[in-house]
Order: sequence, then C-alpha cells, then structure tokens
Amino acid sequence: MRRFRAIYIIWLRDLKRHFRDKARIFGSLGSPIIFIFILGQGLGSSFALGGLGGFDYKQFMFPGILGMTVLFAGIFASVSIVWDREFGFLKEMLVAPVPTWTIALGKVISGATIAAFQGVLMLLLAPFAGVHISPILIAELLPMMFLVAFSMTGMGVLLATRLKTMQGFQMVMNFFMMPMFFISGAMFPLKNAPAWLDSLSHIDPLTYGVDAMRTIMLPHFQSRFPLGMDILVVSLLSAAMITASVTAFSRQA
Amino acid sequence: MEDDVTAENLFGQPGKAAPAGAGAIIEVERLTRDFNGLRAVDEVSFTVGRKEIFGFLGPNGAGKTTTISMLCTLLKPTAGRGVLNGYDIITQQDAVRQSIGIVFQDPTLDDQLTARENLEFHAMLYNVPRNERDERASRVLEMVGLSERGRDKVETFSGGMKRRLEIARGLMHYPHVLFLDEPTIGLDPQTRSSIWEIVHELKQQYDITVFLTTHYMDEAENCDRIAIIDHGKIVALDTPGNLKHSIGGDIITLHAVDAVAARDEIKEIFGFDASVIEGAGEANAPAEKSIRLEVPSGRTVLPQLVRQLSTEIISVSVREPTLDDVFLSLTGRQIREESADKMKDVMRRRMRARGMRR
Repeated sequence: MRRFRAIYIIWLRDLKRHFRDKARIFGSLGSPIIFIFILGQGLGSSFALGGLGGFDYKQFMFPGILGMTVLFAGIFASVSIVWDREFGFLKEMLVAPVPTWTIALGKVISGATIAAFQGVLMLLLAPFAGVHISPILIAELLPMMFLVAFSMTGMGVLLATRLKTMQGFQMVMNFFMMPMFFISGAMFPLKNAPAWLDSLSHIDPLTYGVDAMRTIMLPHFQSRFPLGMDILVVSLLSAAMITASVTAFSRQA
Repeated sequence: MEDDVTAENLFGQPGKAAPAGAGAIIEVERLTRDFNGLRAVDEVSFTVGRKEIFGFLGPNGAGKTTTISMLCTLLKPTAGRGVLNGYDIITQQDAVRQSIGIVFQDPTLDDQLTARENLEFHAMLYNVPRNERDERASRVLEMVGLSERGRDKVETFSGGMKRRLEIARGLMHYPHVLFLDEPTIGLDPQTRSSIWEIVHELKQQYDITVFLTTHYMDEAENCDRIAIIDHGKIVALDTPGNLKHSIGGDIITLHAVDAVAARDEIKEIFGFDASVIEGAGEANAPAEKSIRLEVPSGRTVLPQLVRQLSTEIISVSVREPTLDDVFLSLTGRQIREESADKMKDVMRRRMRARGMRR
C-alpha cells in the first residue's frame, strides 16, 4: 500500500508538471507537423517510393511519426530524473522511507503515461495525413503506444542513471534517439534497404513498434512482421528495460 | 512495515510526549566514515537528549554534513554505530527515516508545484493519513509564516521563503528529530533570525529535537549544546556558556606598532602568553600587528597593560570570549575566513544552477 502510494504520488507529480507546461505539450507537436506537412508533402509528390504497399507517402509515414512522438516524449519524460537530481528534488525522494525502486518505477510509469498521451494528441493530425481514425482504432492503438512507451521510458531511466547532468542529453539525442528513429523504418520502407541497415533495424525496438502501429492504422497493409510478433518483441523489451532500469537505479542510489 | 513507525504523538498531544531530557534520542558510538582512504569522520561519539537543540559547529569540510548523512541513513558508516529514536541507523533505515525530518543545505523543492503540493507529496511518501494531510499542511505553513502562500508556485518564492517551506515540509510527518544542515546559509540577517525563531518555537511547543550544523559562531550560541568538530573529530562538546567559560576570563586584542615586541614584553612583565594573530584581524587595523591574550579579568589588567608597555600601542579592546575564541584556542585557527570563502562558493553554485535552468 505504502509502496503503491509512493509510485502514485511520483506519477501524479510528473503528470501535474507536464500538464501545467502548455508550451511543452503543444510545442512537442511542432516537429511532427513539420514532418507531415513539409517532408510528407514534398517527398510524397517528388518521388515514387516503392514498398509503400499501395498507400501514399503521408499515410505511410504517419504511424512512423507517431512512433517518433512516443520515443521522444518517453525518453524525455523519464530522463527528467536528471533534472530532479540537478535541482535537488531527487534527494527529497531518496531520503523518504520508501524503497528506491518505487521511485524508478514511478518515473517509468509517469513517462509512459505522458508519452502515450502525446501520442493520442498526435492522432488529431491523422486526417491531415489521410489516415482514417475511429474510436476502435484508438482503443487498439493505445495499448500499443503504452507498450512502446514503456520500453522507451525504461531506457530513459536507465540512461538517467548514467547521465550526471542535462548537458549530456545532447549526446543521447544525437547518437541514440535519432538513429533509433531513422533505422526503425518510420520514415521510409526498409524493403530495398542495404543489408546492414536492414539488420540494424532488426535490433531497433522502435522497428517493431512502428510496424505494429502501421498494421493497426493502415487497413490491409503488408507489414514486415506479424502483429503478434511485434507485440511479443516490444513486450519482452519493455519488461527487460523496466527491470534493468529499476535495478540500475536502485543500485546507484 | 506498513504504518508501523508513524509518530503520532508529537504535535498537540504533550501527554504522550517524553519529558525533556529524559533519555537520549540519538546515540552515536565511534562513528567513522572514509572516502577513498580519507577519513571524513573519525570515531565520533556523542548523545543528544530529547527536546534538545544540538549544534554541530565547525569549518567547511570538518565532517558535519557527512555525520548528518550517516544519521539520516543516506550514507553507510565505515565503522561504528548509531541509534536514533531507538532504531539502528544501519539496519532499520525506514524506521529511522520515518522518525526524522531533514532540511538540506541546497534546496530540494519542486518549484513547478505549489507549496501545498510539495507538502502533499511529502505527506504521501511519509504515510500521513489522508484525512490529516490538509490540516497538517495548514498547520506547518502557519508555523513558518507562509499561510497566505500555500497555493502559490514555489518558483515565486524568495530564498528565505523556500527555506521556511522546507522546514515546514520536514515537519509534515511529525518527526522526532529535525535535521537542519546549515539552515541559515545564504540568507539575509532578517530571514536568519526568523529561522531561529521557528527553531525556538519548535523547542518550546513540541516534543522535537533539533540537530543542526552551522559554521556561524554567533548562531551556534542559540543551541543548548554544541559539538565543535574539526578534521572529523569532536574537539569539544558542551553548552555555549561552559565552552566560553573554559577560556577563562576575557579576551584582550591589542594593536601595536611592533606586535612581536609587545608580545615579548607582556610575557616578561605580566607572565601572560599572548599570541600574534595571523590572518584576519579587526577591520581597522592590519592583522599582522594584532596580538591576542586571554586574561582572568580584562578590567583590571587593561589599565596596567597600557601604563607599563613601552611598545607603542595603536588601539586596544577588551571583550568577553565568544565561540570564535573557543574554536581558536582549541584548534589554533579561526573559522571566519573559511566561512567567507564558503559563502562565495555557495553563491557561485546557486548562480550556476540558476543559469542552467531550461
């Protein structure tokens, strides 16, 4: 009960902070909008891309952009542990009579909630990308977004145990998040990609998340992997990431 | 472990509270902590009584914060043992944590939340029953004079208000011991005295022990007892009054054209051991020309001194001993100049932290 309460209040605090920061909520929609309207429009009308499975480019990229949103929001939300450390608030949590793992777990869950929420917000843009959404679709997508978000926030907390200051975050961004995003096939089909890129994409967790979202959102889409496999891989990965991050965080703190 | 260690008998129920001075709330035996082979705290032993205001006084790096961290279960001791409120600081961490409130040197508030939200967060982590949270929050806010600001975001608070809010938060779960690590550092004199008023009120009205560290000599006088700590060891432990009496009499500070000659002459004529003060002296005279001596009675010695010395005297002053003098006579050093450096350091750190915001 006490542990549950600790996790709950850590989750609640992060959500309050997030929803108070209107600039962040809507600001994070900025780059997806640019991707869809400029990149999607531009690339879609200039090139005939193979492997889109009969969909136009904007439709194809939209699930990928959704994956990107979840990736960025998730990692950014959970890396906020580093902010908490820098501004002292982490200490308030660390001296409390609750086990350290509750803090890490609270952060993972709050990060995932925020990331999934940002994903849902993104769905408002679906009509502009020519993707039809319905309540049933959202209900199918939401668990998937949560699953992907959990693997991302687990990773974020794990990173936060290594990062001592927020200045190091730029490195994470450039050498970790961006490659993960591009390799996942979010922006282009990997059908005709060179072998090295294709094999890298197999170890990129986002690949499976994006593939699953595409399968769900685009009717009769020829997906890379079966949906069941996507879900299994992302679930296993999330479980592994959460375990690793909670363990690492408890050990360090 | 559920709900078992919440202290319910503190505020407003004096009947259940232990009488002042009855038994020790903190007992420490040969507590030691090494950092990479360096001994930060060296076999420190002491006890703190219930309802006491206990001060740790010493320069920067003397081991004050390290000792507090061990008592708060944030650091594992290298050796030795400690018991707080009947719980072992090594094996009963959660019970110890539930028994204490802590205010750290650097702020640990979430400034995007309101004051009340910060208190609420704390209350939930410390298992305060839901139906009491609001009432307790109002109560502690009133105590630190922040009743009107409960719904405001902490980012709008001044440094002194934040410190007061941290004290309020530390009291939310009705701890037995409140740790204050340098509670007045970086605050203006007015705010400093308001913090002390809160501490005294706590002592008078509630069954709570206050354990604080400071390097301000004048503030240490507010404590019931002081442990003077230097290089990880306790060099003296007593009431401020007794510590000052241990000096024996008054302090004469004398500025002479030739301090060394004056010192020798005093030794020859009066038999007092005077010392030439190195480093900081009075503001209006060069330090290297000052000498300092402890005499049984300043009023009787001073006239003779002035009459009989052949070395030219620039100025002379008599005063009762302060804790500064106690520290000086125990360690051979003054604490003041280190304090000034520390202040600058803290300011610099705060500035940097602020500059880095988002």
